[in-house]
Amino acid sequence: MIHSRLRRLISWMPRALVGLLVTPGVALAEWGLNFPRPVSPIAQEQYDLHMLITWIVTVIFIIVFGIMFYSIINHRKSKGVKAAQFSHSTKAEVIWTVIPTLILLGMAIPSTKALIMMEDTTESNMTIKVSGFQWGWHYEYLDHGIEFYSKLSTPRAQIKGEEPKGEHYLLEVDKHMALPVGQKVRFLITSHDVIHAWWVPQLGGKKDGFPGFINEFWIKPTEVGTYRGQCSELCGKDHGFMPIVVDTMEQVDFDAWVAKQKSAAPS
Amino acid sequence: MSEEITAVADHHHDDIPKGLSRWLFTTNHKDIGTLYLWFSFMMFIIGGAMALVIRAELFQPGLQLVNPHFFNQMTTVHALVMIFGAVMPGFVGFANWLVPLMIGAPDMALPRMNNWSFWLLPFAGMLLIGSLFVPGGGPAAGWTIYPPLSIQTGMGMDLTIFAIHILGMSSILGSINIIATILNMRAPGMTLMKMPLFVWTWMITAFLLLAAMPVLAGAVTMLLTDRHFGTHFFDAAGGGDPLMFQHIFWFFGHPEVYILILPAFGMISAIIPTFARKPLFGYTSMVFATASIAFLSFIVWAHHMYTVGMPLSGELFFMYATMLIAIPTGVKIFNWLATMWRGSMTFETPMLYAISAVALFTVGGLTGVMMAITPADFQYHDTYFIVAHFHYVIFCGSVLSMFGAVYFWLPKWTGHMYNETLGKWHFWLTVIAFNVTFFPQHFLGFAGMPRRIPDYAQQFTEFNMVSSIGAFVLGFSQILLLINVVRTIKAGQPASDQVWEGAEGLEWTLPSPTPYHTFVTPPKVS
Repeated sequence: MIHSRLRRLISWMPRALVGLLVTPGVALAEWGLNFPRPVSPIAQEQYDLHMLITWIVTVIFIIVFGIMFYSIINHRKSKGVKAAQFSHSTKAEVIWTVIPTLILLGMAIPSTKALIMMEDTTESNMTIKVSGFQWGWHYEYLDHGIEFYSKLSTPRAQIKGEEPKGEHYLLEVDKHMALPVGQKVRFLITSHDVIHAWWVPQLGGKKDGFPGFINEFWIKPTEVGTYRGQCSELCGKDHGFMPIVVDTMEQVDFDAWVAKQKSAAPS
Repeated sequence: MSEEITAVADHHHDDIPKGLSRWLFTTNHKDIGTLYLWFSFMMFIIGGAMALVIRAELFQPGLQLVNPHFFNQMTTVHALVMIFGAVMPGFVGFANWLVPLMIGAPDMALPRMNNWSFWLLPFAGMLLIGSLFVPGGGPAAGWTIYPPLSIQTGMGMDLTIFAIHILGMSSILGSINIIATILNMRAPGMTLMKMPLFVWTWMITAFLLLAAMPVLAGAVTMLLTDRHFGTHFFDAAGGGDPLMFQHIFWFFGHPEVYILILPAFGMISAIIPTFARKPLFGYTSMVFATASIAFLSFIVWAHHMYTVGMPLSGELFFMYATMLIAIPTGVKIFNWLATMWRGSMTFETPMLYAISAVALFTVGGLTGVMMAITPADFQYHDTYFIVAHFHYVIFCGSVLSMFGAVYFWLPKWTGHMYNETLGKWHFWLTVIAFNVTFFPQHFLGFAGMPRRIPDYAQQFTEFNMVSSIGAFVLGFSQILLLINVVRTIKAGQPASDQVWEGAEGLEWTLPSPTPYHTFVTPPKVS
């Protein structure tokens, strides 16, 4: 038992080594270095803001480190530098208080706009109630009278390493949920037991579901596709095993999907 | 006559108690400081071992070594042990050793209470770690112990709650002692604005502790009564609110973050001027920046909870308030840079640690600004980006500063110089391994890996492997610190009284090693 585990560990070693060596290399693109491509207005807004701040902090980081390294390289005793003895400069202190303030203001304005847009759940076209439970999701399409449970479908054997892992290992469920493209969908989220959080990165997110309370958020998918996410609030031992899969589709396909669900559901 | 009395008194002072009773009954601030520091190091190793269990499980996808429930216990207890067992007692240890020496006091103001503050800790530590061995296992709800999940856990959670009570008591007593010492026992001429920055940052930290720890004690007590006595503080079915716990918890939790970092700022402010051979830049603005950070820490707590469904106005308020913290923090970093600027620097181990603490804390600070932006945080929240961020802040800001401080003051305390080569090896291994461990976690977070999961989708494999390898190097590098410290205590080149060419402050006017009793007659500060 231990033996086979050890052998498996060793067999992974080359892959880890490659990982270390090519870290700055091309392979990164497929590993995902950044947010996955956004496919909803909220996710798009979050992506744009994220890129904006990332660049701002990267520039600040380079400036701070640049000054530090210039100083480390040039102002050393081994170069015979005699230490200056200054210990204040009101001008410098005003500059490095005012400039960060202005940068922060510059970040606050687009963030405020984005936040106002995100929190506006009015004028939605349909409503879906999501309930988290230990460990899976329950979806109710309130305008269509459909409800179903959705749980992890990855076989136990794959998790235990007894058979090879599939393409969507841990990100596959027995029943996908469906959303129509171009419709503003209001979500109500709650929980049956402990706190869960519903999160599909490409559709924007995330929101916590509390037992006994209802939170709301909205999604307006912009592209047809299949998008995957996970519970992101620690909810017990199988917290890592309650994924979310959403199929977005054109309105006609969605209508057909609704009809199929209705005919399949026992009444 | 009077000379005779002095002689007798002096003789008495040099009589250091022997054996176990020296440590059990000691009221000497140096002995208590030493106890705190060894306790902190032990907890650091225990908490580190738990981190390695986590990283070993995450080395590859699938469940290999531990089951998910035990994995959750490891993430929870690792955090609690590191925060309450390693970092906080570590700082109190430094405060015990250094505050009296820096302000010219003979000891702490309340020496017997000081003894009790320390001896509460081992019992709290035993409860916390012992919780892993009771039926149902230790707490597994994350260190934030959010209900209702923490209501579901077995009796391990109760032991944890009691451990938090005792740790909190120890912190409160320690804080009262530090504040009383600083306000009452300064040598003549040591005005508040002449105190070393370490003393200032610790005094502000002590006030934060006094304000924050009782709040945590209240929160966990409500949890305890919800668990066993039928109250419904956090149970919606009984008219309570699970969200209320998060508000109370983070009202403690955010000041706690600064409790974990402000003393480190004081250490950095002592080390950098010494090795730059130049006075600290902007002393007054440092004091005011520390005080502003402390004030702001009480009005930003809900930025840990952007996704809980707050009203828009609440989200906006907490976003703006959080962004404000960047300003005083920036002031501190720029002041340190200005202290280095046109100095005459040398790079002994303490200086290397202080500079890397500033540099890498800046990384953590900048990712903190990113997370302050509420709309983007909806994506960052509860991902590995957060894990990377707070390790950059706490490990680099706090722990690296403490490593630097150990090498900086150890020659003064022991009278022996540490081994510089070994110190540099420890530094480079620690800093490189740290970055190998945690830098990739930023990208894991961006790509969508949630935190606190024992198994993950395959696109996260490579970065997790890199991270795990880094973690093991980081963990085992700490053996070098232990070896170096033990060798320094036992032997090593004798250190001069001045120790470092550029060192300034009352502690450097004392002989090395510092006598058992110091400043029995207060020094005169001009």
